[in-house]
Amino acid sequence: MADLVNLTIDGRAVQVPPQTLVIDAAKTVGIEIPAFCYYEGLSLAAACRMCLVEVEKMPKMMTACTLPVSEGMVVRTETEQVKQARKYTLEFLLTNHPLDCPVCDKGGECELQDMVFRYGAGESRYTEEKVHTPEKQFSPVVFFDAPRCILCFRCVRTCNEGMGVGALGVINRGVVSEIGPNHGDHLECDECGACIDICPVGALTSGIDRYQTRPWEMTHVGTICTHCGDGCKTTLGTRNDRILRGNNRDRSGINGEFLCVKGRYAFDFYDHPERLQAPMVRINGKLEEVSWSKALETVAQKFKDTVASNGSFGVIGSNHTSNEENFYLQKFARQVLKTNNVDHQRTGDVVTLLDSLSGKTSKLGTVADLYQSKAVLVLGADLALEHPLLSYQVRANYRHHQAKVYVVTEKPVREDNYAAAKVRGRDYASLAGKLKAESELVILFDDSYKGADLRQLVEFAESLAIPVKFICLLDYANSRGAVDMGLTPELLPGYTPSGATGLHIDEMLAATLDVLWVVGANPLKGQKKAGFLVVQDLFLTETAQQADVVLPAASAYEKSGTVTNTTGEVQRLTQAVSTMGAKTDLEIMGFLAREMGAAPLLGPWVAETVFAEIRKTVHAYDVPLPVLATGGAAQTLPVNGRIPVDTRLDLVQSDHNGLFASGTLGRYSKVLNSVLENRLSR
Amino acid sequence: MTFSPQLEARFEKLLKSYPPGRQRSAMIPMLMYAQDEIGSVTDELITEVAARTGTTPLQVNEVMSYYSMLHRKPLGKFHVQVCTNISCLLHDGDKLYEHACKKLGIGHKEVTADGQISIEEVECMGACSWAPAIQVNYDFHHHVTPAKLDEILDRLKKKPV
Ligand code: SF4
Ligand code: SF4
Ligand code: SF4
Ligand code: FES
Ligand code: FES
Repeated sequence: MADLVNLTIDGRAVQVPPQTLVIDAAKTVGIEIPAFCYYEGLSLAAACRMCLVEVEKMPKMMTACTLPVSEGMVVRTETEQVKQARKYTLEFLLTNHPLDCPVCDKGGECELQDMVFRYGAGESRYTEEKVHTPEKQFSPVVFFDAPRCILCFRCVRTCNEGMGVGALGVINRGVVSEIGPNHGDHLECDECGACIDICPVGALTSGIDRYQTRPWEMTHVGTICTHCGDGCKTTLGTRNDRILRGNNRDRSGINGEFLCVKGRYAFDFYDHPERLQAPMVRINGKLEEVSWSKALETVAQKFKDTVASNGSFGVIGSNHTSNEENFYLQKFARQVLKTNNVDHQRTGDVVTLLDSLSGKTSKLGTVADLYQSKAVLVLGADLALEHPLLSYQVRANYRHHQAKVYVVTEKPVREDNYAAAKVRGRDYASLAGKLKAESELVILFDDSYKGADLRQLVEFAESLAIPVKFICLLDYANSRGAVDMGLTPELLPGYTPSGATGLHIDEMLAATLDVLWVVGANPLKGQKKAGFLVVQDLFLTETAQQADVVLPAASAYEKSGTVTNTTGEVQRLTQAVSTMGAKTDLEIMGFLAREMGAAPLLGPWVAETVFAEIRKTVHAYDVPLPVLATGGAAQTLPVNGRIPVDTRLDLVQSDHNGLFASGTLGRYSKVLNSVLENRLSR
Repeated sequence: MTFSPQLEARFEKLLKSYPPGRQRSAMIPMLMYAQDEIGSVTDELITEVAARTGTTPLQVNEVMSYYSMLHRKPLGKFHVQVCTNISCLLHDGDKLYEHACKKLGIGHKEVTADGQISIEEVECMGACSWAPAIQVNYDFHHHVTPAKLDEILDRLKKKPV
């Protein structure tokens, strides 16, 4: 191929595109050049000198991490000189580095440890005293131990470039230089932990998981973050049925190694002391703990009696429960309880979007599109705070591909900092001229664009005469799956009209129904109206406190199934741990069905079986199974044909959770609370 | 933060001398001139320079803590820098430094009680050919002997600014 560059590395012919760095060129033929400061996706630092190689005709050894290839270049990575250089670099790094690996939190997965093991010298000539400074706590999340720092500046760069926060810097010079936080002695930042994860050594550690375990003692389970709607893959490190750590160092999933504070650390709600571990039934006005069989029997009896007496039911589902659970719940409601009074909290107008796009193809944007599209338009949302992953993708697209970013929001947002144009308010049409000049566009919009406004937006996009994709921003881990699975009174799974629209969520709460069944939601603001209230949840929420029966439910980290993110990509949940006493919502519903003799009608309460039924019923979910099975994300298909229903637009309302909030769940996360308290105390 | 009209004029000229969007390049001279006027680099100054150069206070702090000629604490009216790096060391620069400390009764980066003189042990100042060398504010003194140093210090003690 004409436009490839030919070079030789360790005697092997290598062909790579121009501008490739020698360190990356070597990788293509399986040659590893050791490196600390070089990090794919971040700016070059050439700070560590670990990657020195010999290059023919060059007088000195070169840093492979900054040297672009050139035609005919001859590189050697394993000569005596190179080996010496590595030894010396490591010897230098160890002059002040404490040699206490046995008690270092990073031991076992430390890059310095590994490098010294592979390339280092067994002895040091350094006999002087080491410079020592005490460890510092920068924030509830971030701890810094300066003597361990090897000054690779990965943390500074990932915070600056990757996160766009710029909360870390390099203070002082020479042997006393160290990483410093943005506010004198402490950090005020997103607390995402990206700096901690990227640190090759144990210099940055997190207040959440430090000194909990040795890394090799953990089991690593890849599952989906249960907080916002972006759908990050998070790899939970577990031991003895406890989650000790969250990260995504293997870069699997749509988020690569990105996670925000919620995905990385706010798994901690799962073992909050107030977690419900036994069912409760109201006896003489008080909620008393009872056995599962007693609780299930009570509910099933009430359900049966109410059905028999033609009583009224209301069913409110969740934004967090799995697709399988949502599907099973609406089926339960419609086929066993014979009601269309099924709803959930809608956080964006997916229905209008899908309807106005019917008949068109390639109109739904994915998380990956945000990194690839030449241009992005953000409408309404404070993306960096409400959709951390999507915002990260857009920022990375700008950094790596100079994507044009347009922002139309009421208030200033972080995206302004690099936006090609920003408009305050809602007048996106004023950008028409600029947008027409783009070759493609992805539009993200929040809950303030709905109904007629949204149709107008779609028309506007058409008028640009360029390929445009849309992303409807939704709040929670499975907000999208809840609509897709028909948790609405007007639509069945797959957006088929239900025919006889039942009561909406507000109507259910206002009506004096015989039975109200709430699964994984906290909709009650005032006094309950229903005669009998059944609540399935993790905690005794405001709604659960008024219940007649409370059934302790498993969290997303304690179940298998699938969820669909805000961009309509389905991913698989994998059970990481279990909490004693709690059952998955699917299991609870299955047991109730069995108790009522309705199990044959509803089918097995096994996630795989229910998903198979979903695939048969909902055209959009006819996605490739191997993709899901291997932990990938499969985009759901658009809806065939129109969706002829009236949506209650007033019910479409986002909670606009910021970085440290996650609805009811967030209130039970120790880390999110400690960050908030820490802010208030300053 | 307000500066003297002269300094403001200097800042304005500085900021204009870099291409648009590169105003951060003015950071070091701004810090130096401002330090000359207000005596040290204060938190307030850091915030001000950050705002004027389009950077963050953290970035200003990174630069300021790197350069030894920028100081967080006020120095004496006359800041005496004694070089003890290799060329000067070979010409007894270290003894010179000790002599100065003893005479003034202060140590590295300390200020005399009257605020008149401060002292600092520094690395090579590029005056090796005339070692041992010292620098008082922006002025160099070459081939300094203990006697010459005494003379300089005595003069500085009495000198008004
Ligand atoms: S936790 Fe995140 S935002 Fe805070 S300093 Fe580290 S990388 Fe930056
Ligand atoms: S704290 Fe870690 S990531 Fe940051 S410079 Fe030091 S070693 Fe590198
Ligand atoms: S961006 Fe959303 S999905 Fe990703 S880690 Fe944060 S809360 Fe979880
Ligand atoms: S990896 Fe090349 S200098 Fe650090
Ligand atoms: S060593 Fe003193 S001026 Fe160079």
